[in-house]
Amino acid sequence: MAVTTDQEQHGLTAHSHGAGAPVSSRADHFTSFDVNAFEVPGGREEIWRFTPMKRLANLHNGAEATGTANVEVNAAGGVTVETAARGDERLGVAGTPGDRVAAQAWSSFTEATVVTLPGDAKSEPTTITVTGPGEGKVAYGHLHVHAKPFAEAVVVIDHRGSGAYADNIEFVVGDGAHLTVVAVQDWADDAVHVSSHHAKLGRDASFKHTVITLGGDVVRLTPVVTYTGRGGDAELLGLYFADAGQHLEHRTFIDHSASNCRSNVVYKGALQGEGAHTVWIGDVLIRAAAEGTETFELNRNLVLTDGARADSVPNLEIETGEIEGAGHASATGRFDDEQLFYLQARGIPEEQARRLVVRGFFHEILLKIAVPEVRERLEAAIEAELEAVGA
Amino acid sequence: MATLEIKDLHVSVNTDEGSKEILKGVDLTIKAGETHAIMGPNGSGKSTLSYAIAGHPKYEITSGSVLLDGEDVLEMTVDERARAGLFLAMQYPVEVPGVSMSNFLRTAATAVRGEAPKLRHWVKEVKEAMSELDIDPTFAERSVNEGFSGGEKKRHEILQLGLLKPKVAILDETDSGLDVDALRVVSEGVNRYKASGDVGVMLITHYTRILKYISPDFVHVFANGRIAESGGPELADQLEAEGYVKYIGKQEAASIG
Repeated sequence: MAVTTDQEQHGLTAHSHGAGAPVSSRADHFTSFDVNAFEVPGGREEIWRFTPMKRLANLHNGAEATGTANVEVNAAGGVTVETAARGDERLGVAGTPGDRVAAQAWSSFTEATVVTLPGDAKSEPTTITVTGPGEGKVAYGHLHVHAKPFAEAVVVIDHRGSGAYADNIEFVVGDGAHLTVVAVQDWADDAVHVSSHHAKLGRDASFKHTVITLGGDVVRLTPVVTYTGRGGDAELLGLYFADAGQHLEHRTFIDHSASNCRSNVVYKGALQGEGAHTVWIGDVLIRAAAEGTETFELNRNLVLTDGARADSVPNLEIETGEIEGAGHASATGRFDDEQLFYLQARGIPEEQARRLVVRGFFHEILLKIAVPEVRERLEAAIEAELEAVGA
Repeated sequence: MATLEIKDLHVSVNTDEGSKEILKGVDLTIKAGETHAIMGPNGSGKSTLSYAIAGHPKYEITSGSVLLDGEDVLEMTVDERARAGLFLAMQYPVEVPGVSMSNFLRTAATAVRGEAPKLRHWVKEVKEAMSELDIDPTFAERSVNEGFSGGEKKRHEILQLGLLKPKVAILDETDSGLDVDALRVVSEGVNRYKASGDVGVMLITHYTRILKYISPDFVHVFANGRIAESGGPELADQLEAEGYVKYIGKQEAASIG
């Protein structure tokens, strides 16, 4: 087996190993569909310690739904879209809520949207647009995406609008299926979004999950990947850009319980402005049965101005020595003045040079977004964020 | 006729132990058509001179002046200096991940020339310039300097020199770390640039070997933060034979082997 960790990078500070890591194993993490099985978190709990609880619109403390989020599906040919009531046996199979807000969303949604992608067929991209309930309102939701065996499909989930919204999104990826998901959080400034993504991968399934978080006051996303058969392959990519006052938190968990599976996590974030805060927690658990696992996770943060803070905590637990490889890397750095000097020394004005560097920083993630329209829109959104720096 | 005038330049660098003076009064004038070799032992301040002229934020000019065609260079931002016609080929070119060499070159050329070069001509121009320096075309799509070998980085510095066509070029130890073939290719690139117009060159080097390829009109010995002696090409021969002992009081060779 090979366990690697990256070398210290120029201008970046390395993460500490072990410091701040949970004492208990990720394997013991509590999950339940019953909201009352979770205590109301106060903010000191390990999984909540970075989250500004006061800004959660009481999603963690029994807030009642006062509105609904509008879910609109633009389905490709062959894709079926249904609504399902609670109790529908398809729901809840991809994973169990791992925190109180997820359990609250499970208990509180009024109807779920079920999107089924046809098996043994290639389908065009399907877009699901979720619009928040509106300023000052609270809504809960549930989305279930099922890629049948040998399906080859792309799903874009586009979150917009205002209000507080908590939901669970399930991805059931059938044997041999290839599912690409792009989840965009392009919320209005007031929005609060707490979301759990549960992906369950079948044998030889491949799952490419890209998260883009740009808007919202507080966004907390928890993508969890589990494997039910050997040969599963998950790639989790994330890009976030936090402005003054924004809290953007991403907590990935890859649960390797089957043999010969792969996972690769790459999250990159930029921060600017007073009080901009990002959090990335990357948990990977390789259970005893998961022989032949290959996993790597990486988080990089680029701090563009004073007053911003990035937290980054990779946790890798390995319960078997019979793996292909496992590694993690995490670094948070300020803007590299040497890069800026080099570009400026070639005549490129400072502001343009800054944009080049930030665009370059995100390039690796943007390059992997398979849907050209989404990629173009995000490139434009990042440009707009950079315009706002004015630095 | 471009002229770079450096007058009584004093430069300090800020370290943990406070400010430290590196350049202690440098006087040097480089006119178009001239090549000046600045030779000196390690730590004599040669690189500081180049970075200070280019405007690196780490170096603080405490007194003196730098004029390019009468314009005060020290009042300009780093990018303004480059657009005014100064170029620094760096000893350690910086990696810029995610920014392709082709995008970088075009952005730089657009900034320096004041307008975007016509795409068709530009592609041809870059292709030819790369070929002259024996640079594989695939480098155009790679990130700026990322994963390049020392020699590849230096070739790309000279590629930029040829494309940006500055009035005055400062080459900071462009020869260091190059094997014989790379040294020849890079030197030919510098000579093409010299032949392309009325340009001035400040060639900073520790060793005399690059002077066999690029002939200097003047040679200056740099020691203890100032020019200790100036002369013609024969001064380089003297350094080749005697090293820097006369200037620093200890033996340090200027030739290899």
